[in-house]
Amino acid sequence: MMSIVPRPGRTATGLLTLALVALLLLLDARQSIPINPHAAPSPVALGSGQAPAGAHCTQR
Amino acid sequence: MTAAARPPVRPIRSALSVFSLAVVVFTFALAGPRAALLMLIGLGFGLVLEGLRFGFTGPWRRMIQVRDGRGLLAQFMAIGLCALIAFPLLAASPDELYGAHAPVGIAMLGAAFVFGATMQIVLGCGSGVLVNAGSGNLMALLALLGFIAGSFLGTLHLEWWTGLGSLPVYTLQGSFGERAGLWVTLAGLTGLAALVVRLSTPGQRLPSPRLLLAASLVAALAILNLVVAGQSWGIVYGLGLWGAKAGQAAGMDVLANTFWLAPDHAERLQQSLLTDVTSLTNIGIIIGAFVAMRWRRDPGPQVPRGSAPGRLGILLSGVILGYSARIAFGCNVGAYFSGIATGSFHGWVWFAAAFAGSALALQARPRVLQWLSLSAAATPGGRVRT
Repeated sequence: MMSIVPRPGRTATGLLTLALVALLLLLDARQSIPINPHAAPSPVALGSGQAPAGAHCTQR
Repeated sequence: MTAAARPPVRPIRSALSVFSLAVVVFTFALAGPRAALLMLIGLGFGLVLEGLRFGFTGPWRRMIQVRDGRGLLAQFMAIGLCALIAFPLLAASPDELYGAHAPVGIAMLGAAFVFGATMQIVLGCGSGVLVNAGSGNLMALLALLGFIAGSFLGTLHLEWWTGLGSLPVYTLQGSFGERAGLWVTLAGLTGLAALVVRLSTPGQRLPSPRLLLAASLVAALAILNLVVAGQSWGIVYGLGLWGAKAGQAAGMDVLANTFWLAPDHAERLQQSLLTDVTSLTNIGIIIGAFVAMRWRRDPGPQVPRGSAPGRLGILLSGVILGYSARIAFGCNVGAYFSGIATGSFHGWVWFAAAFAGSALALQARPRVLQWLSLSAAATPGGRVRT
């Protein structure tokens, strides 16, 4: 039987994905420590003299 | 749609350019220059992967099923180009730059096999799910939600799985020396490329200029990612973190888990997502893919909706993809691409296990899709990348 519910187009679905990302960032902003702009790392890790502070899927 | 009926593209493209610029400026204002650069790199990945239709799952499938090796050769080329720059950089700045190095283990092997099998069932991998969801594929959005949940669930059980047994972390640099490690990597990739050329059908052995351009751009962006972030391109950690953040927002005590209690992970959980490297590039990929899709005169049709069991199957497949990628220490990006390009032995083992899983799953795929009452077109990779 054919569905009578219209499918959202690609633009609408893409916008929905972006909206979900925005919602995630809003939720995150409510529960995370506010970003301290004065503690931002140097623009580029190479040559900064600092160890990378990020996390990666290869980490345990 | 006739040319006269089509909406004009110039205003849309102008709006997309302004939107992309606004995202980067917004990130800069909130989180500083490194975050803005990483968002820009993620946007670049999204534009290249969607705009030039460069992917991972489709080329593996075409190599296995129709002996078309062009996409796989482009992948090897991208990894090799990245390794050429990454090895000397890692050797020169070992305190500032980290490779994607992980241990080989029993669970890691099994999980890579499961990931490879599942990515062929749904035609979606780590980067593919992000790109397809951003470019408006409804089924990929379902798979992405499952992927987020799965990679978070994987973090909760990672310690148990790795406790089944794993080797120390081996790198080719550590085993053969800095320079010889690079040569071994390039020789390995060349050997694989020669095997692919030999097995491919005549006429399907030379990547198109589009694929060669895409491979070069992906390699360049991966190097930029390493230089700016200090670590290799990855996908899964960010998605697991998104799941952890969602769990926390729902009242779950995520920090009670051993994985998230570790200082590095606890810090990521407490800090903003706009300070997390893989989250920034993941968000950039989604936005970049959306921009590339809307940039076209005709974005193309939506994939078929699929049956209810089919949609549930896609969601669960996303969970399996995320879970297995977390247990395998990465997906096609963090383990296969970045692992091999930075000398991790586990990257090679991941590729072998995942490729074997893919080959097996492709035989079962028609039956699985039939069982789910799902057409091949109604999958996250229904519009297959070449």
